[in-house]
Amino acid sequence: MHGFAVEFNTAFTLILNGDPELWAIVLLSLKVSVFAVLISALIGMPVGAALAVARFPGRRVLIILMNALMGFPPVVVGLLVYLMLSRSGPLGVLELLYTPTAMIIAQVVLVTPIVAALTRQVVEMLAEEYSEQLRSLGVSRLASVPVLLWDARLALVTALLAGFGRAIAEVGAVIIVGGNINHVTRVMTTTIALETSKGNLALALALGAILIGIAIAVNAMVSTLSLRAEREGLRHA
Amino acid sequence: MRDLVSEMARRITVNGLQIARNGTALLDVPHLTLSGPGPTLILGPNGAGKSLLLRCLHGLIAPDKGYVEQDGVPLNADHKARQAMVFQQPVLLRRSVAANLDFVLKRQGLQRVARKTRIADLLAQGGLDGKARQAARSLSGGEAQRLAILRALALDPDTLFLDEPTSALDPGATQVIERMILRASEGGVRIVMVTHDIGQARRLASDVVMMQGGHVVEHGDARQVLDDPKSDASRKYLAGGLVT
Repeated sequence: MHGFAVEFNTAFTLILNGDPELWAIVLLSLKVSVFAVLISALIGMPVGAALAVARFPGRRVLIILMNALMGFPPVVVGLLVYLMLSRSGPLGVLELLYTPTAMIIAQVVLVTPIVAALTRQVVEMLAEEYSEQLRSLGVSRLASVPVLLWDARLALVTALLAGFGRAIAEVGAVIIVGGNINHVTRVMTTTIALETSKGNLALALALGAILIGIAIAVNAMVSTLSLRAEREGLRHA
Repeated sequence: MRDLVSEMARRITVNGLQIARNGTALLDVPHLTLSGPGPTLILGPNGAGKSLLLRCLHGLIAPDKGYVEQDGVPLNADHKARQAMVFQQPVLLRRSVAANLDFVLKRQGLQRVARKTRIADLLAQGGLDGKARQAARSLSGGEAQRLAILRALALDPDTLFLDEPTSALDPGATQVIERMILRASEGGVRIVMVTHDIGQARRLASDVVMMQGGHVVEHGDARQVLDDPKSDASRKYLAGGLVT
């Protein structure tokens, strides 16, 4: 018990003293996940919005597939990205394996279906409500996409935060494609796994506390946005 | 000049209009011409087909059979661009009051300064000045419907369709909306409006289209239809009887 107390004490000292190794890991984690979410937003939002407003054969199958991808096991995603990026894989020539870029790619694969599926859901609900009014104003189906995306902005930011939550807390995929190389691809989750197995609990606890802090901050932002949306009458339901 | 041109362009004719779902006729209007100065009020009980007819007139719903003409030409994109519609539940964009108006003005190609002036004019016209920056969806029911009408008028339409715009409003809010509608009508906008409120028809209508069970049972001068109806269905409805 006394040993744990010492570990906790050391962990908080690491945080408060601004330990360079600890904060380098935190910064890399944030960089990788923020980039991944931004790329996912660029892909997922238009795809989700298009699926919400377009009508074509096979649309229902695509929606089911997209929803299924939301629950795709991260280790499997890691394995697939590994196969793509490995020396003998189709993208091996790019030599991206065991780089932060590889981790971003893996997180994009994990987060994009979440962003796309939530966007589709939100935009479809809004499109149903706006449909007659927009047609009456002469807005075509295609031209309605930016209108709907803008009007769903608060719900979409919530979707992005949900994606960020998934990305920052992910360990299985990034450890496979990143390799957990010190000062190169070591992020919070992979470091926690490694340091715990080595018995270096202080660093693991410090990173765990920061990760929990980030999770609480993200959830607080989601709640604040939802409250604001409700207050301003911008809620969708 | 506008009056003469738009008078021609505002003649709406319905020919052999039919809509059926699952073998049940929802709308069956062999012929109807709306040529008077308006406002035209479409009156009838729930399920009479009033809103369906209005949507067909505005081109929002394509009929199974028949067609709508304006000025002797089948309804086309040019006609629709000169029409606007206000719905029973105002559908406001999740933006500020001013941004709702700006949205349609921008689509019309107005420059920033011109849009700003026009928005200020419209808001004053609807008694919403001072609320420009407020979230549109936080407006009261009456204010929201006023904004929806202002947004429709911002399109500078020849014809304005209104689908029971006051059905959820109290008498005070209804009076304000009715004043706006009359002002638009006096300004040369042809009004075609659905209501089930006989009093409202008396206050606003120049001509009345009486509907029941998907059919037009009577159409004529408002005073004649409301005071001396020719059909049994009209008589029953106006007497407050149960009409199905």
